[in-house]
Amino acid sequence: MSQLSLAVDLAGLRMRNPTMNAAGVFGISPPLLRRVYEAGAGAVVSKSIGLDPRPGHPNPTVVAVEGGMLNAMGLPNPGASYFAGEIGRLKEAGVPVVASFFGASVEEFVEAARTLAEAGADALELNCSCPNVEEELGLLGTDPANVERITAAVKEAVDLPVFVKLTPNVTDIVEVARAAERGGADAVTAVNTLKALAVDVDLRRPVLANVTGGLSGPALKPVALRCVWEIAGGVDIPIIGCGGVSNWRDAVEFLLCGASAVEIGTALMTRGFDVFREVAEGIRGYLAENGFREVGEIVGLAHEG
Amino acid sequence: MSGWRMRAEAVRARSLVRVERETDDMRTLCFRDELCSQASPGQYVMVWAPGVDEVPMSLSTIGRDGLSSVTVRSVGEATRALCGLRAGDRIGVRGPFGKGFTIVGTSPLIVGGGAGAASLVPLAEAMLGRGLKPTFVLGARNVDRLLFRRRLERQLGDRLVSATDDGSCGFRGLASECASRMMEEKCFDIVYMCGPELMMASIFAAAEERGIPVQASLERYIKCAVGLCGSCAIGPYRVCKDGPVFSSEQLRALREEFGRRRMDPSGRMIEVDH
Repeated sequence: MSQLSLAVDLAGLRMRNPTMNAAGVFGISPPLLRRVYEAGAGAVVSKSIGLDPRPGHPNPTVVAVEGGMLNAMGLPNPGASYFAGEIGRLKEAGVPVVASFFGASVEEFVEAARTLAEAGADALELNCSCPNVEEELGLLGTDPANVERITAAVKEAVDLPVFVKLTPNVTDIVEVARAAERGGADAVTAVNTLKALAVDVDLRRPVLANVTGGLSGPALKPVALRCVWEIAGGVDIPIIGCGGVSNWRDAVEFLLCGASAVEIGTALMTRGFDVFREVAEGIRGYLAENGFREVGEIVGLAHEG
Repeated sequence: MSGWRMRAEAVRARSLVRVERETDDMRTLCFRDELCSQASPGQYVMVWAPGVDEVPMSLSTIGRDGLSSVTVRSVGEATRALCGLRAGDRIGVRGPFGKGFTIVGTSPLIVGGGAGAASLVPLAEAMLGRGLKPTFVLGARNVDRLLFRRRLERQLGDRLVSATDDGSCGFRGLASECASRMMEEKCFDIVYMCGPELMMASIFAAAEERGIPVQASLERYIKCAVGLCGSCAIGPYRVCKDGPVFSSEQLRALREEFGRRRMDPSGRMIEVDH
């Protein structure tokens, strides 16, 4: 038992265990993100930050559906230079910070990445896959050439691990993951939310102000597992699993399919902050019970079955 | 109906049974909803004016005669749309959400300022149901804006103390000044409050001096209402889920925030100005 370690080195980001919050959950408030870390997460991920402040979409931005929820927040954020100061406050508290960021052009991605890197982020998560700002931002993570170009430009500009978060709203996610790898990505996060819609029969209109939103939660998990499984067979860089992780069993499923770490989002709604410790300790129990000594030993194990 | 549709987080369309005029710019929207009728005082719902916006509103009635209500002051686009609705019109409802008031002690003081009185009336009624007799300071700019004065007067008699800025009814001055005076004159063991944040910050300071615990219902920019998006963050807490009602102990941890600063929709800190 004393030899068992949950610590992982995720493409250079050292974490005490393989759990993080998914980007967007708990926003940008340093005390709230610090609470995520104190609750047991291995690292925290900020809400996606762009160059300029954005208020986000009008409400309703969130609605529960069968097996999960839809959201269309619309990337509200205070802007990279403002958030730079907040990263400082998290670093002072000793919290490993992954700064999620986005842009409307290659130049904006690069500028935001540079600002967040200089502010002391430990890693960056490149968000080119938000399903709720497609028309507005134009640059899409569905186009492999785009993904490779943005990733390469960002990697050129910063000296930090860069994780590229992929959208499941594509025909061939492996092709996009490979493009990220070619661009120099240190890891990919799979997946962002699945584009979806909720309609109310009494009011006879879509519920979300943005009409469509992203599906997350348990309903997304089988899709996300399939994506991780396929990507694991197509790239050599680590994968961060994301989509419907609600307990340690879900997390172990992602690890077995090829993920090296997991991000948790929607489960925070039902299970609260305790979910991080529950998942991490559950993984520890699973490793111990099955005679493993570290997380890496079970990554991708289902492919050998 | 399958289970998830009955969850608080799912949106339900509800017909307005009644719309009551409270003041020039305030309306009470009454509707039937099973989950709301089981809410506790201080909890809120997300009220959706279809095609306009969805905003957080404290329940101003909880399941009385099968009806619950929210009381809306027309201050922006969404609340203007809600105040323009009539009986038979439909709204969307999510909730009830959040942590409401906890009834403790034997000698409670309740202080409501402006529209803040809405969440405190069900609290006062719950107390009366348990045999507690609260003193209620109801504050507003003038007599015409004293929310629920008759409803409270009927139940509390002379335990209702009105405070108006212009002296048109009761105490002349701010509700916070009136409350501080009440705390000097009588022995309260708990203070409940909802209203302008600067009013609450001032009452909290007075209560701290006297060692009286408080429960304060705070307001921030609530979007998801389920504790996920972080837009309503205040220090280490989320107003939507950890609140909206906070205890003295929590307020002490919020010295940099409470009565001082809040996040705007983009996440930048701005000054609390009322």
